[in-house]
Amino acid sequence: MQRHAESKARIREHGMANTRIQIPATIKRGDVVEVRLLIRHPMETGFRHDNVGKPIPQNVIKLVTCRYNSEEIFRAELFSGVAANPYLAFFTTAKESGELEVTWVDDAGATETERMQVPVV
Amino acid sequence: MDIPCQSNLSRRRFIKRGIGLLFLPFLRGRSAFALPANLDPLIREVSGGELPKTGRVKLTLPPLAESGNSVSLKVQVESPMTAENYVKSIHILSEKNPRPVIARFHLNPRSGKAEISTRVRLAGSQQIVAVAVMSDGSSWLGTAEVVVIAAACGVESKDT
Repeated sequence: MQRHAESKARIREHGMANTRIQIPATIKRGDVVEVRLLIRHPMETGFRHDNVGKPIPQNVIKLVTCRYNSEEIFRAELFSGVAANPYLAFFTTAKESGELEVTWVDDAGATETERMQVPVV
Repeated sequence: MDIPCQSNLSRRRFIKRGIGLLFLPFLRGRSAFALPANLDPLIREVSGGELPKTGRVKLTLPPLAESGNSVSLKVQVESPMTAENYVKSIHILSEKNPRPVIARFHLNPRSGKAEISTRVRLAGSQQIVAVAVMSDGSSWLGTAEVVVIAAACGVESKDT
């Protein structure tokens, strides 16, 4: 199993959400590397009811954007059909060392940005 | 607030669904031919009118999922991923979920490899369709059939 480097997840004060980024521990220039994201989020579908029968409003992460040195490398539009605590894995080509930035926004307007330094040898 | 997922899978229902499993080979057999009719307009919207050609898109889901709450999904598209020829977007559509669009992914030449993994919710056994739109305007389609024993909690199936 390949070793991975992981971003230091910053747990927000209310403990509701956090974003983790995982990339291979060593990246060579020109490598096609897998970036894995795991976001802690309920992805509330809007089809559920609470214990007094009141519908729970939909609240899902609707957009995840990944940038590398400010250039967009991947974007995902998510809907209620994505499982709670969304997991996303995608690929990108390593060109130079830099900063990987993942930003998401949900229906409630909550947003979070996680950054990670990527050393390319 | 955390609401427990109510599993009311009695033995009788379990056995009924087990019988359904026997028909799994037939379901898989038709997957290459028939596309879910309800997804037709959505597929055309994504591809820009024409029905996409079948091929180049490989969609991988477990043939059998115990729970629809979280099912792993992988989509791979054959493409050189160069500036002239790359996959622009991949759309994951569900036959039976109340909201048929599960996710849309946007790629670029830098992606290097058109492969995405995620986990989805499924409201029952169904066909999943992945449509890939290429930079040259063509679109391709791949499907996968999945049997779900217990549908996703909080996702009501359209046909129940």
